[in-house]
Amino acid sequence: MGRVEGKVAFITGAARGQGRSHAIRLAQEGADIIAIDICEPLSENTYPPATEEDLAETVRQVEALDRRIVATKADVRDFAQLKAAVDEGVAQLGRLDIVSANAGIGGTPHKSEDIPEEEWKNMVDINLSGVWRTAKAAIPHIKAGGRGGSIILTSSDAGLFAYENISHYVSAKHGVVGLMRTLALELAPDFIRVNSIHPTTVNTLMVQNEGTYKLFRPDLENPTQEDFAAAAVQMNALPIPWVEPVDISNAVLFFASDESRYVTGVPLAVDAGAAVK
Amino acid sequence: MGRVEGKVAFITGAARGQGRSHALRLAQEGADIIAIDIAEPVAGMDRYYHGATAEDLAETVRQIEALDRRIVAKKADVRDFGALKAALDEGVAELGHVDIVSANAGVFAFGEQSQDVSDAEWDMVNDINAKGVWHTAKAVIPHLIAQGTGGSIILTSSTAGLKGTPNVMPYTASKHAVVGIMRTLALELAPHSIRVNTVHPTGVGTDMILNEATFKLFLPDVEHPTKEQAAPIFASTNALPVPWVEPVDISNAVLFLASDEARYITGTELKIDAGYTIK
Repeated sequence: MGRVEGKVAFITGAARGQGRSHAIRLAQEGADIIAIDICEPLSENTYPPATEEDLAETVRQVEALDRRIVATKADVRDFAQLKAAVDEGVAQLGRLDIVSANAGIGGTPHKSEDIPEEEWKNMVDINLSGVWRTAKAAIPHIKAGGRGGSIILTSSDAGLFAYENISHYVSAKHGVVGLMRTLALELAPDFIRVNSIHPTTVNTLMVQNEGTYKLFRPDLENPTQEDFAAAAVQMNALPIPWVEPVDISNAVLFFASDESRYVTGVPLAVDAGAAVK
Repeated sequence: MGRVEGKVAFITGAARGQGRSHALRLAQEGADIIAIDIAEPVAGMDRYYHGATAEDLAETVRQIEALDRRIVAKKADVRDFGALKAALDEGVAELGHVDIVSANAGVFAFGEQSQDVSDAEWDMVNDINAKGVWHTAKAVIPHLIAQGTGGSIILTSSTAGLKGTPNVMPYTASKHAVVGIMRTLALELAPHSIRVNTVHPTGVGTDMILNEATFKLFLPDVEHPTKEQAAPIFASTNALPVPWVEPVDISNAVLFLASDEARYITGTELKIDAGYTIK
C-alpha cells in the first residue's frame, strides 16, 4: 500500500527537475499524475528550457511505474490553459487530491535598480501569480471531492531570507508564503491543507548553470561547478553544496500523504540548515 | 524495508502518550528503542494530571516487543543527568548504537498569570521541559559524534514555543527555549551531519490535556467541565475543524524527520498544529 495510494496529484513544471521527481516519487507511492509544463524557452533564463521531449520522458517514467498520467503543455501565466489542463486531467483520472505548484524560473541576476521592468513582471507572473492560478484552477476540484486535500507550494530559502541581486525572485518567493498562509486559513474548513517548501539550492539545471555560478561567484570571470560548490557549501550548515530533487520530493510526499493530515500553514525548509545559519 | 530500519531511537517520556506512540511508530518502521520515563509522580504536578507509572512503561515495552523489535526501558528523570546518561549508555551498550533522539519528556502546568507563578513551579517546568531537553542532547551527542554516521535529534516543543499563551508562562517560556536549543544544536552538529529539528504540536489527545484541570483553563466558569464541552473551544483555536490531534500525528512527523527522507532537513520548526499558529 503506497503512502498516497489512489490519490491524484496535479504538478506544474513537471517536464524535468524537481517537478518530474515529484511526479515519480508520488507515482511510486500510488498516485496518478496530472502534469503540465510550458515546454518552451523563457527569455529571462540563463539555462536551457524544458522541452516537449522532457515532458514525454516524465510520462514514460510515470507509466513505467504502472500509474496513469495526463500531461499537457500549458503555461502558468495563462489561467485558461491551466484550467483546461486540470479539468481534462480530472475528467480522465476521476479526482484531485494533491497539488504541487512547482513551476518557477530562476531569472537573471541584477541589482534591484537595474532589473528590467519586463523581467520583474515576468518573474512575479510565473513564480507568484502562477502559483495563485494553479491553486485557483485546482481548488474547485478538490472541494468537489469532499475528501479534503493537500496543496504544496514550492517557495525557496529565498522566500525566508534575502539573497542579493535577485530581488525579483526573492520577492516572488516571499509572496508565495503569504499566499500559502492565506489559502491555509481559507481552505481549512474544507480540510484542504496548504504548506510551502523552502529548498536550498537543488541539483537541477535551474541551479547548475553559468548564471547561477556567476550569482554565487561574482569574483570569478568564468566560474565552474566546482567554484560554485565551494560557495554553496558555505551557505548551508550541513557540509553539502546542494540537495537532490528527491529530497524535495520526499517533503512533498510527506505533505501530500495522510501522515500530515493535521499539518497546515507550515513553511518547511529543506535547506541543509541554510536558514538557521 | 521500514523507513528507519536498523536504526536505534532514544525516546524520553516513553511510558505513555506521545512518547509511547513515537516508540511504536518508529518500531513499526524497523527501529529498536531506548526508552526512559520518570514513571512516578512529579512533585508539583499532582494538581494538574496524574504522572506516568512503571506499569505504563512496561506496557510500552510489551507493545514494542509485540512488533518483534528490541527495547531497553529504564526509569530515569530528565532532570538527573547522571541517571539519564546511565540509562542511555546501557541502552547503547545493549543495542549497539543510537541514531535517532526524541526529546519528548515534558510537563504542562498552567492556570496563573505570570505575576502569580511561584518559583517552585517555574523551576519544575523549566527543569523538565528545557533543561531536560538539553540533558537529553548532552547525553546522546557524544555517542552520535563517536559513531560518525550522522543522526537526527527531534525536540518536542509546542505551539507555545512559537506564540504566547496567556496564563501558561513557564511552559511557554520553556517551549520557546527548546527552539533556541534546537537552533544552536543544529549549527553545532551540522559538521557531523547530525540534524536537529523541533516539532510543534497543537493540543494532542493525551492525558496531558484531556483532563478536567485543562478543560477548566478553557472553561473557567464551569465547575466540572467535560471533554465534550471543551472540544468546541479547543477546535476554535485551530484552523482545521478538529479539537486536537492524535499522538500518531506527531509520531508521523517524528518518523519523517528521523528517516533519511529528511536527510538534509535541519534547523526546522515543523508544526503539527492544525493551523493554530497562523490563525
